[in-house]
Amino acid sequence: MLAYIVRRLFYAVPILIGVNLLTFILFFVVNSPDDMAISQLGAKHVTPEIVQAWKQKNGYDLPLFFNADAGGSGAFTETIFFTKSVRLFALDFGRSESGRDISADVSNRMWPSLAVAIPNFVIGIWVNICVALLVVMFHGTRLDRWAVALFVGLMSISYLFYIIGGQYLVARVWKLVPISGFSGDEHIWKFLILPILVGVVSGIGSGARWYRTLFLEEASQEYVRTARAKGAGELRILFRHILPNALIPILTGIVVVIPALFMGGLLIESFFSIPGLGSYMLDAIQSQDFAIVRSMVFLGSILYIIGLILTDISYTWADPRVRLE
Amino acid sequence: MLAQFISTAPRMTAAQTNQPRLARIVNRLCLAVLFYLLVACGDAPLNNPHPHHPEDAMVYQSFMQSIPKHLDPAQSWAVNEAIYISQIYEPPLGYHFLKRPFELIPTALESMPEISYLDADGNAVVEDDEALAFTRYTLRLRDDLLYQPHPAFALDKAGQPLYLFKTAQEGRRYRQIPDFPETGYRPVYANDYVYGIKRLADPVIASPMLGFMSQYIQGMTEFSAMLPGPPRKGWLNLDDFHMEGLEVLDDRTLTITLNGRYPQFPFWLAMHFFSPIAPEVDRFYHNPGFVDRNLTLDWWPVGSGPFMMVENNPNKEIVLERNPNYREDFFPEEGEPGDQEAGYLDDAGKRLPFLDRAVFTLEKQPLSYWTKFLQGYFDRSGETQGYPLGLFDQAFTVSPDGVSVDSELADRGLTMSPSVEPSVFYYGFNMLDPVLGGYTEERRKLRQALQIAFPTEEYLSIFYEGNGIVAQSPIPPGIPGHLQGKAGMNPYVYDWVDGEPKRKSLEIAKQLLVEAGYPNGRDARTGEPLKIFLDVQSQAVNNTRKRWIERVFSEVGVQVEFRPADFNRTREKMLTGNSQIYSAAWGADYPDPENFLFLLYGPESPLICKCDGANYSNYENEEYDALFRRMRVLPSGPERDALIDQMVQLYQRDAVWLYAFNPKRIFLNNPWVFNNKRHGISNATLKYTRIDGQQRDKLRTRWNEPTIWPLHVALILLIALIAPGVVAYRRRRSATARQGRV
Repeated sequence: MLAYIVRRLFYAVPILIGVNLLTFILFFVVNSPDDMAISQLGAKHVTPEIVQAWKQKNGYDLPLFFNADAGGSGAFTETIFFTKSVRLFALDFGRSESGRDISADVSNRMWPSLAVAIPNFVIGIWVNICVALLVVMFHGTRLDRWAVALFVGLMSISYLFYIIGGQYLVARVWKLVPISGFSGDEHIWKFLILPILVGVVSGIGSGARWYRTLFLEEASQEYVRTARAKGAGELRILFRHILPNALIPILTGIVVVIPALFMGGLLIESFFSIPGLGSYMLDAIQSQDFAIVRSMVFLGSILYIIGLILTDISYTWADPRVRLE
Repeated sequence: MLAQFISTAPRMTAAQTNQPRLARIVNRLCLAVLFYLLVACGDAPLNNPHPHHPEDAMVYQSFMQSIPKHLDPAQSWAVNEAIYISQIYEPPLGYHFLKRPFELIPTALESMPEISYLDADGNAVVEDDEALAFTRYTLRLRDDLLYQPHPAFALDKAGQPLYLFKTAQEGRRYRQIPDFPETGYRPVYANDYVYGIKRLADPVIASPMLGFMSQYIQGMTEFSAMLPGPPRKGWLNLDDFHMEGLEVLDDRTLTITLNGRYPQFPFWLAMHFFSPIAPEVDRFYHNPGFVDRNLTLDWWPVGSGPFMMVENNPNKEIVLERNPNYREDFFPEEGEPGDQEAGYLDDAGKRLPFLDRAVFTLEKQPLSYWTKFLQGYFDRSGETQGYPLGLFDQAFTVSPDGVSVDSELADRGLTMSPSVEPSVFYYGFNMLDPVLGGYTEERRKLRQALQIAFPTEEYLSIFYEGNGIVAQSPIPPGIPGHLQGKAGMNPYVYDWVDGEPKRKSLEIAKQLLVEAGYPNGRDARTGEPLKIFLDVQSQAVNNTRKRWIERVFSEVGVQVEFRPADFNRTREKMLTGNSQIYSAAWGADYPDPENFLFLLYGPESPLICKCDGANYSNYENEEYDALFRRMRVLPSGPERDALIDQMVQLYQRDAVWLYAFNPKRIFLNNPWVFNNKRHGISNATLKYTRIDGQQRDKLRTRWNEPTIWPLHVALILLIALIAPGVVAYRRRRSATARQGRV
């Protein structure tokens, strides 16, 4: 297994280079370093000299990909792409265009993201699995049909509607929790109730419906009939027989996102004013802060690759027949 | 709240003794949830978003809609940053809080700067002497200026700076300014102002002021060239370098020498760019490793103003606290007519500032900050924007008498602070455009026809809820040179009818089109329809607005094509002259007509100056330019007013802009907030704000009584969902394999 993991990590390098290259190209197709300088300096009294000084200060005074003035390898290394990319592989994110240290911001912001994402993730999966198993237990009945209709209905509603609707009803009309905000102290729970509630409820439709499908497939297997014939109770059949056998597709969907949990959620963090990495990314896009965008995309790619490797490893745990070679 | 709960709980329990078991369980669960909520919150309402801030009297609670990028006074030029910087730093001059027109007053100075004029040899000359080569401003500081307590000023027993580190390792335990246990302070010296100006010229800081100020301050360009550029390691003491135009006469006196004359310079002395910077503070922030923890002057400002920054988490909140070393400062005792009646002089003569703390929480979503304002958790509806776009109808009622606060909000005691901004929003013609540009009579008539066809009043009414006034000239209200009534009317677009300007009819616009060679909107020579092109930012013009603009021009037979692009591309087109009609806006740097009339000054054309000039219309009129050059150096007075009138008339005659308006903003204040007069130019107004904390607490509690019944309903629903499942499951478990048969 170790050799497999090492090989997968090795494969990750060209993927990360590719992601970085794509991000770089996409960003600079619409933004030149001059545009970035002007957006950072403001629109008033910005002279070419000031723009040049800003570019020099922030390392954008080099050519993008090829430096014809530099000799030898310098033609490639003395470029914006190289100087800004190489440090990423050492996880040195440098500074944002406004001068803040990105690593410091990431380490501060990951905790609020995790505070929302972990309960959302755990409670969401638990609720979805329980609801799906309950529906499977009543497969073919009227309850099952109504549940599926309800799931489809819940899936069809926009995520934004859940957020705004939840804020309006729970926080504005009923005044049960703050409409938004965050606190890192003992009051944290009152700021988390609503985002978690919204996250869990909005995910029930698609999650429970997906799990129901998986469980139903397993429920028709012969081993289930055998277990039932042997007198096993319904709960035992559901949780001890069906659930473990349906784990492979479930793990495929959830393990991959576990490392990325600390990247937070763009919408939920933005709407609930949670100072996490999701809103960090969104702010960076809006303010054309390429340093942050590039760092966050790179970080997200690493976490996604880790997630995929963890998924493969989890298969061996869920199904002993699986071997990673 | 907790007491109320405890007193009602036994009654509820007694009343429920005869209820069914399920209902009792539901109630108990609800009460349990409620109990935990109340225990955790204490007596505060459940939805209080500021649980960690003490509810004492003088804490101002507000919000920021965007994260400030720079808090260094040499770098910042955004309003959302000036909100903090202006409270922390104190430049030499400031503005009178109440008087209008805007009036400059000495703040850090004993009196207004003394001005002397010099020839090239340094001899004194009179103001209008042709030999005048320099203007010298002598600034005398107050004797009670002190910096805020800060670790940069902390000294050890030997009198040496306490926090100077040789390696990053030494100072690694300090992650924020409050982590430093020792602080110190010292008086503000004249050299600190000099040091601050030298920082404007430092190429490593890349101040947006450098390009502009270096044309005025003597020796600034040379000074900038003298300094080593980036990358630079460690601290560079700017005191080791001399700038020709700056001189420190003694601890409290400095002089600034300008090339030639620039009468608007005192206005710049009221801006945060001219704040004092203590060299030891600059050195402190250059400690090794500090920048990696965001310990920089850009994030932790150090000043002598009424407030100091005690928390800077731009991801969450910024907290300012009263500077204990702030100088003697008192609420003004006079204002403009009407201020006494409006209660703006109730605090006259009282010591400033009133607030102990000011908390600015990051809040980007309109629904969130508007709700928190209505719930009383924010004291005002905004700092830079009065109310969320799209929520106008919830907040205001429009009647023939104007805009007023919605009756429901008025009943809650909310007050309104309207403000006409000293800024102008406009669509301008590119005067170099082969179709619409030029200075012939035909072209003027063509542009005038388009001006008449564009009903700005209707545009403002539909798209700005009437929150703007039609600009008859580039000079907005509140700025000298702005004329009201018939004298200020643009006679090419309006007629004076029944005591007010009335837009000329479309028939006149059509007639002008005929005279311009475009009868019925078609080129008389080719028969081709006249199509005009509008370069707009994609997000600034939606489909509704586009359709409206297309409709108004179609009434005179003119077709419109929009060329939407992002900000950078649109700006690029304007700078390169590749636009026909562009959209732009300008906000006052200072309250002088020069700051608006320069938008039409020929050498400001980007194509002429080969720079980021602001004359995007590329308007080039020798007469106008000559008038501008004379006006710029004249002191206020009838002669200057006459020149301004002539320039405005030229602008109106040449029809340089399609339309223009001055935006109005309306800010709402909760009833416990006082001294809400909007200034328009200065942001250093937090020190005048006063809060009645007791009233706030009382009203907040009353406005935020929670509604508990949804908890009951949610619990019942949950049980209703689970119970049938449990029942069915039990039934299934006890069922026989083949029911109905033996």
